[in-house]
Amino acid sequence: MIKLEKLTKIFDSYGHQVMAANQIDMEVPSGEICVLLGPSGCGKTTTLKMINRIIHPTSGKVYINGEDTSKLCDTELRRRIGYVIQQIGLFPNMTIEDNICVVPDLLGWPKAQSRKRAKELLEMVALDPSVFLKRYPAQLSGGQQQRVGVIRALAADAPVMLMDEPFGAIDPINREIIQDEFLKMQQELNKTIMFVSHDIDEAVKMADKIAIFSQGELLQFDSPDRILANPINEFVENFVGADRAIKRLRLFTAADALVADATTSIGTEPVVSLQTSLTDASAMLYSSGAERLCCVDADNRIVGWLGHQQIAARLAQAPQASMEKEALSCQKAC
Amino acid sequence: MNLIDYFLQNQDLVLMRTFEHIALVACAVGLAILVGVPTGVAITQNKLIADMVLYLGSVVITIPSIALFGLMIPILSQIGQGIGYVPAVIAVFLYALLPIVRNTYTAITDVDPALREAARGVGMSALQRLYKVEIPLSLPVIMAGVRSAVVINIGVMAIAAYIGAGGLGSIISRGISQSDPVQIFAGAITVSVLAIITDGALFLLQKKVTPPGQASH
Repeated sequence: MIKLEKLTKIFDSYGHQVMAANQIDMEVPSGEICVLLGPSGCGKTTTLKMINRIIHPTSGKVYINGEDTSKLCDTELRRRIGYVIQQIGLFPNMTIEDNICVVPDLLGWPKAQSRKRAKELLEMVALDPSVFLKRYPAQLSGGQQQRVGVIRALAADAPVMLMDEPFGAIDPINREIIQDEFLKMQQELNKTIMFVSHDIDEAVKMADKIAIFSQGELLQFDSPDRILANPINEFVENFVGADRAIKRLRLFTAADALVADATTSIGTEPVVSLQTSLTDASAMLYSSGAERLCCVDADNRIVGWLGHQQIAARLAQAPQASMEKEALSCQKAC
Repeated sequence: MNLIDYFLQNQDLVLMRTFEHIALVACAVGLAILVGVPTGVAITQNKLIADMVLYLGSVVITIPSIALFGLMIPILSQIGQGIGYVPAVIAVFLYALLPIVRNTYTAITDVDPALREAARGVGMSALQRLYKVEIPLSLPVIMAGVRSAVVINIGVMAIAAYIGAGGLGSIISRGISQSDPVQIFAGAITVSVLAIITDGALFLLQKKVTPPGQASH
């Protein structure tokens, strides 16, 4: 759990006071990904970097799993938080193995344990340890380096991760692949993650919660669905884009919209699986010109169908209960 | 042919003078590394002090070596070391400081800010950042500074023969006083060859401290 309480940063720039982050209050429950989103200079990166004190807050508090972090010294705090930056920041003078083991080594783990961990982590991101452990960062491609950047942040098994535009410097095709890999990893790891992005599509794809910033203010902190369905003001509405309804399609799958009817006959209509996103489903509807799509489950059994009307009906549904209620119920559960 | 005869007949002398020369330069540059690298690191904390130190270093390097030896005679005579080994080492030490301090300072300040942030982000203390990241990354450039200090000062040290420090310069100076071109050439060629070989050896060392894939400077 990451909790920010009235977190504020005022920069002094040639005698002018610049409010970079104004009394930011937010709480990310354990195991969730929160994407901080906004245009350049909106305060999202400042807010992220105040959590591990790369930028020292002017005032306010940061709690990690209920602990007030102001009682920890900088290095102790940072060793407990995984940190991934856009420029990756692998140390060119160290092998991949030593890069991954940086935090475990600082924490004084036994060598055998940290080296074993490096091997496991490389395997997790499908990089062959026998090939990569002894290489240097400059001998890896950008995508490979970024994977190592992410697993370095995971090495000491910190419960919390901060990611500053981690996939920003990777080409669009590799970015999709790494995002998917990362989401898959997160399903197992259940880290609490703060993630800075300026890309609304990336945010919708990755986030459990999105926080939209502008000029140092946190404007809206909500689920992607609610941000897209109910932007709180004109700024958020413009920022998420006029096509926000179409972006919302990505949040749903065929299973969310189909008409259950096991007797649907497969004729000429295209077949989709239950996990197909409505974005892809509607693209298939438009491109094939068919009236409807036939939905099948994992065993290829027909479970129903969906057409334009069903998709529109799904979009017309109001998003799920608001954040406050969720937060309350979570607090009770904890 | 006279030259070859000279080398054949005076092998021991040339060898001894060469070792003296190497010892003098190694001692002076060794001291310059011990003082220069920490200084170069320290002045990264303050731009104004850095500029002042580097300016002072440039001024020192403009003093002709023969004048520097002369200036040190009255000062070091106070401790009975007006001529000989000590002033030679001090002069070369002073000349070697600038390339070492400057290269250390430049290399440390040129470390990619993203790497600095990554080093802070993983929880390294200021000292750990310095010896785990900043200095290792700067080593190739620091080594380049040491290399130019050594090569320049192998030449400068030849003049130290005039204040009785020994080294290959004494072969040259004897050649001059005896009007014997063979000895002058023999000394000069040995100094040049020594400089070229040392330069090559230090270049290999510089490559060795450069991590694979990282551009060497």
